[in-house]
Amino acid sequence: MEDFEQPVLSVSNITKHYGKGCVNCRGSQVEHLLKNYCPVCGTVYACQDITFEVYAGEILGIVGESGSGKSTLMECLYFDQEVSSGEAYINSYKSGTANVFAESSQQKRYIRNHMMGKVYQNPLMSLKMNFSSIGNIAEKLIAAGNRHVGMMEARGKELLEHVNIPVYRMKEAPKNFSGGMQQRVQIAKALSNNPPLLLLDEVTTGLDLSVQASVLDLIKTIQRELKITVLIVSHDLGVIRMLADRTMVMLDGKIIEHGLTDQILEDPQQSYTQQLVQSLL
Amino acid sequence: MKIEYNFAFFDEGSKREIRRVTLKAVAIPGYQVPFASREMPIARGWGTGGLQLTLSLVGKDDILKVIDQGSDESVNAVNIKKLIAITTGVSVSEETAEATIIQSRHRIPEIPLREGQILVLQVPLPEPLRYYEPSEYETKKLHAEREYSGAWLMLFEQIMNYGTMSTGADHPVMVQGRYVMAPSPIPRFDNPKLNRSQALILFGAGREKKVYAVPPYTRVESLDFEDYPFRVESFQDKCCRLCGAKGVFMDEILDDLTGKTSYQCNDSSYCLQELNGK
Repeated sequence: MEDFEQPVLSVSNITKHYGKGCVNCRGSQVEHLLKNYCPVCGTVYACQDITFEVYAGEILGIVGESGSGKSTLMECLYFDQEVSSGEAYINSYKSGTANVFAESSQQKRYIRNHMMGKVYQNPLMSLKMNFSSIGNIAEKLIAAGNRHVGMMEARGKELLEHVNIPVYRMKEAPKNFSGGMQQRVQIAKALSNNPPLLLLDEVTTGLDLSVQASVLDLIKTIQRELKITVLIVSHDLGVIRMLADRTMVMLDGKIIEHGLTDQILEDPQQSYTQQLVQSLL
Repeated sequence: MKIEYNFAFFDEGSKREIRRVTLKAVAIPGYQVPFASREMPIARGWGTGGLQLTLSLVGKDDILKVIDQGSDESVNAVNIKKLIAITTGVSVSEETAEATIIQSRHRIPEIPLREGQILVLQVPLPEPLRYYEPSEYETKKLHAEREYSGAWLMLFEQIMNYGTMSTGADHPVMVQGRYVMAPSPIPRFDNPKLNRSQALILFGAGREKKVYAVPPYTRVESLDFEDYPFRVESFQDKCCRLCGAKGVFMDEILDDLTGKTSYQCNDSSYCLQELNGK
């Protein structure tokens, strides 16, 4: 029970805006926005005041339409982008007492390399397409301080087998692989240092249905086996229904609904969520 | 018409500016300092970086030695030597121990360098992470954050493909535990000579507009893995066909007519010295 008491990741009041803002849109004036856009100064508020917690072994789904701020939120959490304001605490980093957004870029890299894994929608964001698949996995291990080739090779092979990529293809570059295989190499890379927190950003987009199913099965299996905490972003409610324990619905950079996945899908309270669920059915 | 050049070809302002950059490089061992690389009377890629460093540092009392892949007599070495000698009047020498400034392309002399000497190495590609990350903006960030997994990854790839670290030259090094540095395309054999060298070692990349340095007695370690330690090229059981020297870096010479392979000291001045000593 103790593990469930302290969240693995605690996020409070994350805001990310593009533009300087003005008196019309800053601070308490955010109500004057046109969706997430300030009509006066043109500032876009990609994420507004996002607060949530995620617990050990849990899968938290984030859904919403394109442009609702889901991926921006993930990018902020993985330090690909700087937040405009807000705080985040990871319980495995300084016992969850330090706001990770306030750390130096070197410390952020440390957190990324040791405590997080991320699978991007576009494999180009994460994989070095001209390096071998096992090299891509080793990159994350090296970044975490591993300097033993034999150990990294064994770990790479184990992970490639785990994601159903034949070991005899480990020296091939991901550029020679299909989209589904590239996605699986990404998953292997993200899992290489057993991170307590895994971020998945639209992992099934662009894949055909059979590959989608195998990738989702794989994620579910790995999550059960390793008991890792997962944040998964998708605009596909089928993916969320299959994987997520809890779900947040985002619209115009805000969380508009938050609850157990079954509850969100069976009894949506907000009109946007109702439309979203109806469009699925 | 005889053109009267300023001492050491450059105007005094240019020399001073390059010396300031050099001082910064010495102050931060292994850090690549950008500089305003000048147009030179030799083509980019033919040692303009090293030449600019030499010209900015050379004084009237200096003794100059220029080598090109171990040879004092190659066209490139002779031309650079001539240019410096004509514009400065300094004396030139082929003896490593006698020289105060040694400009070199791709070799560190066999005779150990001593305090007070300056070794200037010509560098084609100063960025050790370039094949891993093509963007200069990104590599600068990686250096700033001491994020060098890319350098090890390139070695890991070599081990996966060839079963060993296969860098023939330019094997990356860690300088004073802080910056990963390209030691210029010197053979792996020369990498250990950088470690705690008594002489000041400067690196100039004219085309890439960078200068960096290894000050005397600086710790320089070649990158390797726990189970794949760094090894230099082995010339065990081989000796120079001219002077009989062993344990030095040698060229492999294949005789087309007889099909026989023989070995010869790569450092021609060292070989000559050995021969004269006999």
